Amino acid sequence: MPRPEHYLSIDAANPRHVERALADLRDGLSQWRLALALARLDLRNRYRGSVLGPLWMSLSTLIMLIGLGLLYGTLFKLDLANYLPHLAVSLIIWQWMSTCITEACSTLIGAEGVIRQMRLPYTLHALRIAFRNSLVAAHSLPIILLVFLVFGHVPGPEGFLAIFGLLLIGINMLAGGLLLGMMCARFRDIPSLVGNVVQLAFFASPILWKPELLGDAMVWMALNPFYALLETVRGPLVEGGGPLLAWVAAVFYTTVHVVLAGLLFARFRSRIAFWV
Amino acid sequence: MASIRAEDLRIEFPLYHFARSMKKRLLGVASRRVKEDPQNRVVISALSDLNFTIESGERVALVGHNGAGKTTLLRTLAGIYEPVGGRLTVDGEIGCLIDPAAGMDGLSTGRDNIRLRGLYRGLDAAQIAALEADAGEFSGLGEFLDVPIHGYSAGMSIRLAFAVATAFQPQILLMDEWFSAGDADFMAKAQTRLEQLVKASEILVIATHDMDVVKRWCNRVIRLEAGRIVGDEVV
Repeated sequence: MPRPEHYLSIDAANPRHVERALADLRDGLSQWRLALALARLDLRNRYRGSVLGPLWMSLSTLIMLIGLGLLYGTLFKLDLANYLPHLAVSLIIWQWMSTCITEACSTLIGAEGVIRQMRLPYTLHALRIAFRNSLVAAHSLPIILLVFLVFGHVPGPEGFLAIFGLLLIGINMLAGGLLLGMMCARFRDIPSLVGNVVQLAFFASPILWKPELLGDAMVWMALNPFYALLETVRGPLVEGGGPLLAWVAAVFYTTVHVVLAGLLFARFRSRIAFWV
Repeated sequence: MASIRAEDLRIEFPLYHFARSMKKRLLGVASRRVKEDPQNRVVISALSDLNFTIESGERVALVGHNGAGKTTLLRTLAGIYEPVGGRLTVDGEIGCLIDPAAGMDGLSTGRDNIRLRGLYRGLDAAQIAALEADAGEFSGLGEFLDVPIHGYSAGMSIRLAFAVATAFQPQILLMDEWFSAGDADFMAKAQTRLEQLVKASEILVIATHDMDVVKRWCNRVIRLEAGRIVGDEVV
């Protein structure tokens, strides 16, 4: 039986934090089939009994996009052919990131029942959240395609760079799932705080508006990690590459995020079962 | 060869998320089990200074009152709780029958839940199919296997959980006292299956109140009281 339980050796005087955190990561990633099955189960249960079911995931994005597109396109007096491709990509990537952040708060709290009954790698729970939200986002991808088709927007070969952007966001999701998952399990005020930050970040990031509107002040946008990550996908798909500064910032933020999550996870992994 | 070795094993539950006044009150009561740790956290000492070695062939009964630490010890042996002090070494594959319903999804059918459990165990597709056939047949649920389990009666849920949980043969079997419900007909079947599992495992550790279980299955009794071992004898 390929379970990681064959041999257990714990010495409180020599906790081997890093080694065991890495083992957790390895075991969790190798159980991706379970994480995917749980993610699909979550979505199926969420839309249980609904007639349109998972179609709602695409539909709500479309409704939001048309509504916001018409409203802000008129308010800012923007050319829709130019504005809608920007809004479509920004909005869908933002929804992907933001739901993942808010749900990351319950990565571990939500898995309490399982954590206390079975020995499983904690990485598995973070992977489940990342998969779940990625599946939701995947339902909105056709909308990007639709908007590009309608407005005849064709990304150049630099569009493939978006793959690296998606990869960066994926790494951040896993790191965030563990980091926020742990912090929220220990300090129960953090989920509410995160909710507020995410809400504010939606307006502070160039999603409804285009970063060019800032003029010279645009360099300051690099201080916003959401902007940096958004730009690694939106840049290649809409802007023909995206500014170098955004890419550098995105890689920098991702590194900091991963290191921070890794350090805290290594240090406090063994306490999680007592926190949830 | 399976074995379990614990040296000065200590488990403490920190109490978070409560008011400062309660902390004062809790610590005001002279108690052996509620105390303040070096980081000024209020902790309940669940297990303290446990020393034992269990070798292959031993059938251990954990006995003691409610709250003595029996289930906590089982969970620690299963690797769920990590000791804050001491050492724990477990050799051999562990099978854990603590909460048979853990990880079940109420909105999924019995069959889906069996498959899900297979994934939790890290089985491949062929093994999952075998598990589905074995547990499905043993549960005796028939057409109910394709009904979501939130529609099951209590007895049916236990039959399913039991069938899935006992479909694996581990080297070390950790068991909590839960195999009590279900209809009489099923209980006879369950006893036979459980006994096979117990006999084929190298080590059994069972938390129980039932002296019949101790007599029938066990050859060693570890008595816990307030998180400490107060008796350890061969029977």
